[in-house]
Amino acid sequence: MPVRMKSSANIAKWKEHLLAYIFLAPAMIVFAMFLFYPMLRSVYLSLTITDPRGRVAEFVGLENFRDLFWSGQFYVNLKATLLFILLTVPTCIVWSLFLGALTHHKLRGMKVFQFIFSMPVIVSVGTGSMIWLLLFHPTAGMLNYFLSLARIPAISWLIDPKWAMFSVSLMTVWMNMGFVYIVLLSGLQNIPDEIYESAKIDGAGLIRTFLRIVLPLLSPTIFFVLVVSIINAFQAFGQIHILTKGGPVNATNVVVYQIYQDAFINYRFGIGSAQALVLFVIILILTLLQFAVLERKVHYQ
Amino acid sequence: MMVRTLKMGLFYLVLIALALIVLYPFLFTIFSSFMTENEVSVYPPPLFPSSLYLENFSKAVETVPVLRFILNSFIVSGAIMLCQVMTSSLAAYAFAFLKFTGKNALFMLFLSTMMIPWEVTIIPNYLAIKNWGWMDSYQGLIVPFMAGAFGVFLLRQFFLQLPHELFDAAKMDGCGHFRQFVQIVLPLARPGLATLAVYVFLNHWNSYLWPLLITNRPEMRTVQIGVAMLQHEEVMAWNLILAGVTLALLPSFLLLAFGIKQLVQGITAGAIKG
Repeated sequence: MPVRMKSSANIAKWKEHLLAYIFLAPAMIVFAMFLFYPMLRSVYLSLTITDPRGRVAEFVGLENFRDLFWSGQFYVNLKATLLFILLTVPTCIVWSLFLGALTHHKLRGMKVFQFIFSMPVIVSVGTGSMIWLLLFHPTAGMLNYFLSLARIPAISWLIDPKWAMFSVSLMTVWMNMGFVYIVLLSGLQNIPDEIYESAKIDGAGLIRTFLRIVLPLLSPTIFFVLVVSIINAFQAFGQIHILTKGGPVNATNVVVYQIYQDAFINYRFGIGSAQALVLFVIILILTLLQFAVLERKVHYQ
Repeated sequence: MMVRTLKMGLFYLVLIALALIVLYPFLFTIFSSFMTENEVSVYPPPLFPSSLYLENFSKAVETVPVLRFILNSFIVSGAIMLCQVMTSSLAAYAFAFLKFTGKNALFMLFLSTMMIPWEVTIIPNYLAIKNWGWMDSYQGLIVPFMAGAFGVFLLRQFFLQLPHELFDAAKMDGCGHFRQFVQIVLPLARPGLATLAVYVFLNHWNSYLWPLLITNRPEMRTVQIGVAMLQHEEVMAWNLILAGVTLALLPSFLLLAFGIKQLVQGITAGAIKG
């Protein structure tokens, strides 16, 4: 009798294992086919030269990587990427934080302003870029019209190499602020009212309260937004594809856009894969660094 | 008292000015899409349309297959959404309720997929789709995204928070895991499933690069690519382009009105507290 019970328990256990694997199988198959295998394939492709149809023509070892690090082009792209991150990420966070600080109170009408400042969250990169393409138009665009009202000479937003990155960043900040604002606002609203009141009783001014008390309490949220924003900024593609195509004279040619050009315009899949892997490693290191350095300064309750 | 009222007045004035700055691109888009060709060709164009001129929408729909683009996006995003909800809830159930060998290792493996950015997988995936003859097809747009690790984690958290007593009672009644999954867990987890569904739908509604690579024929384009292609249609006037943009924005705008904010908050709350 005990033997039979044991074996039926074994069968139940065995059945549970089987069921678990069946439940995991669909997701696992998709990951294996479209994430794990392609990732390894990328490593292999980065060591080869391919024909335009993507078939490996020659195994060249680390030559693609050597070309990459020895040619000036990669550093131009990397510099453009870093400039883009620098122009978009801090601006977007500070601007959204400013708007959040103004609107997180329970004053009359705040719901309306909260709705308006969240609105850019619905904008996708395709629609957003098209709107700004028209706003940036050098002769008929509204931005230059507003400048002319202020007697400022017209700017060639997307055509002037000095302005192109700024213009793309401006559009990007607008497009991303909805998400960043919503996240920071919910962080601000989670700070209990008593904290503001006790600061008021202590006679601390509004700005002092914000810098000394609110900001430290908000630091986990800001940290989260920072990490996500930097990863996203590294991968920004659509707005550059629609607005500037990497030009003028490489001014907005970020690494991701260069990968697109190498792989899908010039069909050089080997060098494209090599760049993708280098970018992946850079993002990984930067993310780990942020966790190692910044997270210690984050104030978790 | 006077000073206080004055201060409040100033505060609201600043807020209104900031709101106008943020809103302006939307206002420009919506107003222009109601303007006649004559109105937009004046410089500077008027701020408001003189009347609700609806021709642009019908003309935009006639000259470019905007409705077809929107339909394609609905089919693709909808199919991805359904598949991801299914694959994620199955995997999440296994991680939340079943005991099996290699659970931790597999969980780590799932977690690691979130660290793989699209640029490392896109070239081999593109070549694979091309080899299989899946260019310009729905399966090429849908199949690579049928599962996502993010959904697995979101739902696993959700399942773990469900009251345990229910499952103990079900077990007493001799309810097997499959029945427990379909009849107890899924109905109880509806808010979590809905959150995931909206998130996935919106993500793929907005996706740009993959459909750009996979589609060439106009009738297979998704709405994001279709709208961006409007810039190359030389005949297109601004009011027509912006009418197309307005149509493309409409579904996401409806989502915003119905509580996308709760969605973003719900998703990030887990990430910050976790």
